[in-house]
Amino acid sequence: MYRYDETDRALVMQRVEQFRDQTRRYLAGELSEDEFRHLRLRNGLYQQRFAPMLRISVPYGLLESAQLRKMAHIVRKYDKGYGHFTTRQNIQLNWPKLEQVPDLLGELVEVQLHGIQACGNDTRNITADYLAGVAPDEHTDPRPYCELLRQYITLNPEFYWLPRKFKFGFTGAAVDRAATRTNDVAVHLVRRVDGAIGYRFFVGGGLGRQPLLAQEMNPFVPESDLLRYACAVLRTFNRFGRRDNIHKARIKIVLREWGIERFRAAIEEEYAKIKASVEGDELLLLPEDIERMRGYFTAPDYQPVSEAGADVVALAARDAGFAAWIKRNVRAHKAPGYRVVFVSLKAPDHVPGDCTAEQFEALADICDAYSFGQLRSTYDQNLILADVAERDLQEVWRRLAAVELATPNIGLVTDIVSCPGLDFCGLANAGSIGVAQDIYRRFDTLDAQYEIGAIRITISGCMNGCGHHSVGHIGILGVDKHGEEWYQVTLGGSPGNDAAIGERIGRALARDEIADGVERLIRGYLELRCDEDETFIECYRRLGMAPFKALLYVNESEAAAA
Amino acid sequence: MTAKILHGGEIVQDAWTVLEDGCAEIESSVGRVIVTLARWRTEREALLARYAAVGVLVPNTTDIEAAHLEISDRPLIALQFPTFTDGRALSQAVVLRKRLAFRGELRALGDVIRDLVFWLGRCGFDSIVPRKDQNLESCRAALNEITVAYQAAADHHTPVWIRRRGQAAAH
Repeated sequence: MYRYDETDRALVMQRVEQFRDQTRRYLAGELSEDEFRHLRLRNGLYQQRFAPMLRISVPYGLLESAQLRKMAHIVRKYDKGYGHFTTRQNIQLNWPKLEQVPDLLGELVEVQLHGIQACGNDTRNITADYLAGVAPDEHTDPRPYCELLRQYITLNPEFYWLPRKFKFGFTGAAVDRAATRTNDVAVHLVRRVDGAIGYRFFVGGGLGRQPLLAQEMNPFVPESDLLRYACAVLRTFNRFGRRDNIHKARIKIVLREWGIERFRAAIEEEYAKIKASVEGDELLLLPEDIERMRGYFTAPDYQPVSEAGADVVALAARDAGFAAWIKRNVRAHKAPGYRVVFVSLKAPDHVPGDCTAEQFEALADICDAYSFGQLRSTYDQNLILADVAERDLQEVWRRLAAVELATPNIGLVTDIVSCPGLDFCGLANAGSIGVAQDIYRRFDTLDAQYEIGAIRITISGCMNGCGHHSVGHIGILGVDKHGEEWYQVTLGGSPGNDAAIGERIGRALARDEIADGVERLIRGYLELRCDEDETFIECYRRLGMAPFKALLYVNESEAAAA
Repeated sequence: MTAKILHGGEIVQDAWTVLEDGCAEIESSVGRVIVTLARWRTEREALLARYAAVGVLVPNTTDIEAAHLEISDRPLIALQFPTFTDGRALSQAVVLRKRLAFRGELRALGDVIRDLVFWLGRCGFDSIVPRKDQNLESCRAALNEITVAYQAAADHHTPVWIRRRGQAAAH
């Protein structure tokens, strides 16, 4: 894990004092509402319906036990005893008091956490593969590159006042688990046959209004040029991103309006100029810079398989509950004798992604005892213990289960991704959490979930799409119709290697229709699939929209037939 | 009597007068004037004959590299912030300073609030004209609000990855 040195520490501490002064001036009437808004957003503070929301950046989703204990303390002292994990691997607090936020931030920086650039029109927290460093399908660990880029973009004065938010997502594995192409920039680490490492850059993705996937800009930028190419993209955006209309201000709109050839030519021209100038020298990464950063992300001291390993199948055979958890929440690890353990934040009747103070503390203890003191947050609003020895699995399961973190539903129908929605968010048009819970209850027997198999249901309470509805197999978007909450359904979206934006199926459903509708889609799929191995998304791609449309609007079909 | 501004980190009397487009009759005794790029292009000789020094105000939509040849010898280039959240001129400034090696006075004009000043300083602006309602003393202090930086902009900082060369990773 990256460790702050004097520079990092001084930077975040001075930043807290800068914000303390801004808050003081705002409360004293010296800063206007609008001026302060832009300043507080750049410190993670967002105005919600009832209180400010504070978004805490978790760089590429990596946390350690001291940070978890601090979070437990923070949510008790400044909030209502829980935090919320987001699709960008961050943590949000829903109830801090503005005048206390500088102190809260001051406590966070003691453990390398902050809200810098967590909101606002700037470069946001970088997300990455949540299995970085442990996935069997990974060829290059993206985290050293993420951290080098994080430092380049943090408080970078040239890119501090961009036209709109700007997000990077990284992967270095065969499977894209970080929804990389939903970002403004997706960076895929690549290894050429000659062994040379480089970056395949995609640009122009983004969800929200007009969801688009990032398009390939450059198939191989050399390893030394990460910051040079990032600078070229950011500068092009800063120059040409639209500032006349907030809904057209993302870089994806420049790409769409210009067309990919002109857009690529502009970035490549800027990249060439950077390389040829003094800036290019400064931004050039030497092998030793990357090697040094790799030193922070080395594999922990794994024990030999004779020590760590266990006959998991035999253990599972003796306990059905443990067996279910092994099947759904435990994945292969590149080190023999070790497994990746998913911590489900999707227990029945819980808000997807929420984590209580007690759970933060229990997780700190569990990861200290069984996973080298580290924890990760995932794109799907769950958590991961990345390095658990097989011989410890049963104990880890018991301890997770004791704090309701062992629901065996990872990747299943109840593993629903949801934004906070109208219950909290000032932007939302409709509730998300209640819809998630309603759908959950329709399928809460494990047998039903296993029969349905892998499926991604995603819910956003508004067009901004924090719940990534556009890339759900079943996506649900809350809309406001004359003061009532309605829900639009999209089908066929996916955030992974087969990334696709879902298609809207038809008219929106009322609040009291939506769970029924989703249930019909899923039960209908069980009838439509060609065999038990065909997943929902595969079935949808084979059959197309029509049979699903008939399922969703069954009453209308009946009415039409009558 | 001209206004006070920030120059070179100090509060000073402004030595320059902005000559609005269409306003031709300012006495040559004013000495130092700032004109728009459009006016500079059409009245260059007359302006040089009349005033001791002529600075140029460049819109934030201008391709600063394309315009560079016309203005590279100017003692002052002014860039615009129509709103404090519009950062286009920050990129113009960095390109001017670092790629085009502009060494003259680089001035920020427009909706310059105290909380933009720090970022201006880092991007190479040595001449800052805060919005009229801003406290100059407070603006001056803002220049040094954060003393460390990860990256270099158009300032004195060396990128942290370069500074850390030769050091072992901390653990």
